[in-house]
Amino acid sequence: MTRATKKKRNEFLYFAMRNNKLKIGAVIILFFLVLAAVGTLLTKNDPETFAGPMSSPPSAEFWFGTTFFGQDVFSQFVIGLRATFLVGAVGGGLATLIGMLVGFIGGYRGGVIDEGLNVMTNIVLVIPTFALLLIISAYFEVRGLFMESIFIGLTAWPWAARAIRAQTLSLRSREFVDLARISGMKPLRIVFSEIAPNMMSYLVMAFILQFGGAILIAATLDFIGLGPTQGFSLGIMMQYAVLWGALPLGSWWWFIPPGAAIATIVGALYFMNVGLDEVFNPKLRET
Amino acid sequence: MKRYFGRKLLIYVITFFLAVTIDWLIPRLMPGDPIQNMLARAALNANAAERMYTYYTHAFQLDLPVWQQYLSFWNALLHGDLGISTYLFPTPVVDIIKAAVPFDIFLLLPAILLSWWAGNKFGAYAARTKRLDNTVLPIAYLLTATPYMWLGILLAWVFGIILGWLPIAGAYSYTMGTDLSWAFVGSVLKHWILPFLSLFLVGFGGWAIGMRNMIIYELEADYSHYLEALGAPRKLIRKYAFRNAILPQLSGLALQLGVIVAGALVTEVVFSYPGIGYLILSAIQNQDYFLVQGCFLFIIIGVLLANFLIDIAFVIVDPRTRKGMVGE
Repeated sequence: MTRATKKKRNEFLYFAMRNNKLKIGAVIILFFLVLAAVGTLLTKNDPETFAGPMSSPPSAEFWFGTTFFGQDVFSQFVIGLRATFLVGAVGGGLATLIGMLVGFIGGYRGGVIDEGLNVMTNIVLVIPTFALLLIISAYFEVRGLFMESIFIGLTAWPWAARAIRAQTLSLRSREFVDLARISGMKPLRIVFSEIAPNMMSYLVMAFILQFGGAILIAATLDFIGLGPTQGFSLGIMMQYAVLWGALPLGSWWWFIPPGAAIATIVGALYFMNVGLDEVFNPKLRET
Repeated sequence: MKRYFGRKLLIYVITFFLAVTIDWLIPRLMPGDPIQNMLARAALNANAAERMYTYYTHAFQLDLPVWQQYLSFWNALLHGDLGISTYLFPTPVVDIIKAAVPFDIFLLLPAILLSWWAGNKFGAYAARTKRLDNTVLPIAYLLTATPYMWLGILLAWVFGIILGWLPIAGAYSYTMGTDLSWAFVGSVLKHWILPFLSLFLVGFGGWAIGMRNMIIYELEADYSHYLEALGAPRKLIRKYAFRNAILPQLSGLALQLGVIVAGALVTEVVFSYPGIGYLILSAIQNQDYFLVQGCFLFIIIGVLLANFLIDIAFVIVDPRTRKGMVGE
C-alpha cells in the first residue's frame, strides 16, 4: 500500500467516525446482531414448547409475553432474528455477487456479450419477481431457509448489475486501466485489481441495499405462508399472529416485536447507506 | 424516439413470452393433482370418481403430449381463455380475475400515484432543510423499511381494534347488497382507507428519501453552482434541480412496480381485501393450476402495461428521449 492510498483510507475512516448516520445505523445493527447471537442464553424456554399460560402479556419470565398457544415470544423472536440475518447475508450476498459478475463482464467486455446481458438484466428487472418467487415457492412442499435465501438472491440481482455495469463502463476508459491493458494484464485481473477497488464504496453500498431488500422480501414471503416449512422467522411470527387472532385478542406483544425489528434493522441499513454515501462522496457532506 | 420505443417493446415482448412459458411450466411442476384434489372434496364412490377423473383430465387437456399442451395454452391465451378454475369450479379463471381486478385498481392506482407525488414533493422540500432533514427523514427511513404487512397489521390494530373507527376486513360490509346506494359507497370507502393508507405510507417514505438524495446531488451539480454564482434566487435553482431529479424518480417508479405489487398482495391478505393478491393466495393454498397461472399472467401484463405508460411519460417529460439521445 502506498502512502497516498493509506492517507486516503485514514481520511475515510476519519469521516466515517464523524458521520452520525453511519454510527447510529451501525450501532443498531450491532445491537440486533448481538441479540441474535446470545439471545437464546437469555431465555430458558424453547420457542416451540407450550411453556406458559396462553396469550399472557410481557412479564418477568416471558419478556415478550406468550403466543395464543403459550409459547415464549421472546425465544421465537431471537430465533427469527437469526433467520433474518441469514436471509440478508446469503440472499443479499448472492444478489450482489451475481450483480457484480454480470455488471463487470457486461461493462468491461462490451459488444454482443454486454448486449445480451443487458437484455437479460432488463427482463428480470421488468418481471415482478415476487410473483415469480411465489409460484416457485409454492412448488416445493418442503422449504428451507437457505433455499429461500438462494431464490431471493437469484431474482434480486438486476438492480445491482445495472449500477455496477454503469460504473465499470465509466472506469474502463480511464488511463490507469488503459495502462494496465497495455502492460499485458489479463482482463480478469484488470477487473479485480484495477476496476473493483475503485468502486469499492459502490459495491459495499449495493450489498447493504440488497441485504435490506432480501430481508423484506423474505418477510413478505414468510407472511403469506411460503417461507421455511420448519423453524421460525420474523415473517412467520407475524403470519401466526394474524392467523391465530392476535388482533382481536389484543395480543400486541405477539405481532409488534417481529415487524418492529425488521423495520428497525432495514431502516438502520438504509441509514448507514446514506452515511456511507456522505463518507465516500465529499460533495454530499453536510457543512 | 423510434429506437427508444423499439428497444423497450422488444424487452416487453421477450419478457411476456418468457413469462407465459414460465407461467405454463411452473404450475405443472407443482405437487399434487388438481383433479384428484377436486374430486376428493366431492366424496364420490370409486367408480364414479374414476369416470369423472378421465372426463376432467380430458377437459383440462392433461392427457395430451406436453408440447401440444403448451401450444394450446398459447392458443387459448390469445383467445382470452385462461381455463376453468378447479377451486371455484366451474367458474372460468378470466371471470374470477375480472371480478377481482377493479378492487386492485381502486386500491393500487391512488396509492401508487399519490404516494409518488406526495413523496417527491415532500422530499424536495425536506432536502437541505436542516430541521426537517433531522426530524422527519428518519421517520421516512423507518417507513420505507417497514414490511407492508406489518404496517397494515398496526393500522388495523390501532384504528380497527383499539379505536374501533374503521373496519379491518373485506372491501365492503357483507351484510350489505352490492346495489349502488350511498350507504354502500360509504362502506366501500371505509373499507378502503386502511389498506390504502398502509400502501401509501410505505411508498411515501421511499419516494421522499429518494427525492431528498437526488435533490442534494442536483444542488451540488455545476449548473446549480453556476446559477448560484449568477445570483439566481434559491427557489429557481431548486425548481431546476427538481425537474432534473424527477427523471430518475420516474424510472424508479418503473423499477419499484414489482415491489409495490408484492406489497399490495400482502396488504390484501392482511385486510382480506378481495383483489388479485387475496385470490392468488387462496389459489396456491388450493393448488388451483389455472387460477395461479391466470393471476401471475395478469400481474405480468399489468406491470408491463404500467412500464409502457411510464415509458410514454418519460418521452413527454424528457426531451432527450424524443431526440434519440438516450438509448434506453
